[in-house]
Amino acid sequence: MTEKKSISLPIIGNETTVDSEHKTRAEGGDIMSEIAHEVNANKVVLYMKGTPDMPQCGFSARACAILGSYGVPYHAVNILADQEKRQAIKEFSEWPTIPQVYISGEFQGGSDILMQMHDSGELEAALKKAFA
Amino acid sequence: MIAASEIVTKVKSALGEDTEIEVIDLTGTQDHYKAVVVSDQFDGLNSLKRHRLVYGALAEEMKGPIHALTLETYTATEWANR
Repeated sequence: MTEKKSISLPIIGNETTVDSEHKTRAEGGDIMSEIAHEVNANKVVLYMKGTPDMPQCGFSARACAILGSYGVPYHAVNILADQEKRQAIKEFSEWPTIPQVYISGEFQGGSDILMQMHDSGELEAALKKAFA
Repeated sequence: MIAASEIVTKVKSALGEDTEIEVIDLTGTQDHYKAVVVSDQFDGLNSLKRHRLVYGALAEEMKGPIHALTLETYTATEWANR
């Protein structure tokens, strides 16, 4: 059942292929392959400060509120509880701030862009597609 | 901490001197800012790419002195029509 498949990582300058058999750090993978697996294995992933129940930052709280308004499940990752991931996610996405949102494995942006997508209807469309 | 004027200088030097930018200190602590940026460099780019351009201009600052930067990005035409 472990079909070997490669995942493309958006590393600056070149494409890196990771072995998806080594997914998490606990399984002997590196942090980048763990993130690559995480964003592909979950339809919606939110990297945030704190948890949806107890966000530790206004921007993360806003991202939770927006995603929560659609009633879809999302995978929240508290980067305050994982310093290695806190640094790595910024490199992985080439994006300097938290929160960060992925839908269907694709990076969407931070809380400003999420809000814009919410207002424009793009977010609803992306979520409908993801959960179709 | 970083002065708002320094953010203006950095963004203009990256996006062009004809860039219009207003920087607002959201907390009075010189580390949480909002920037409204009007530049024709944004023409044809989606929000993600626009934000990447601005963050790129402030790459070093985003690693420390700027804790949060809320962005609004417009082309000159979008700004005029809003």
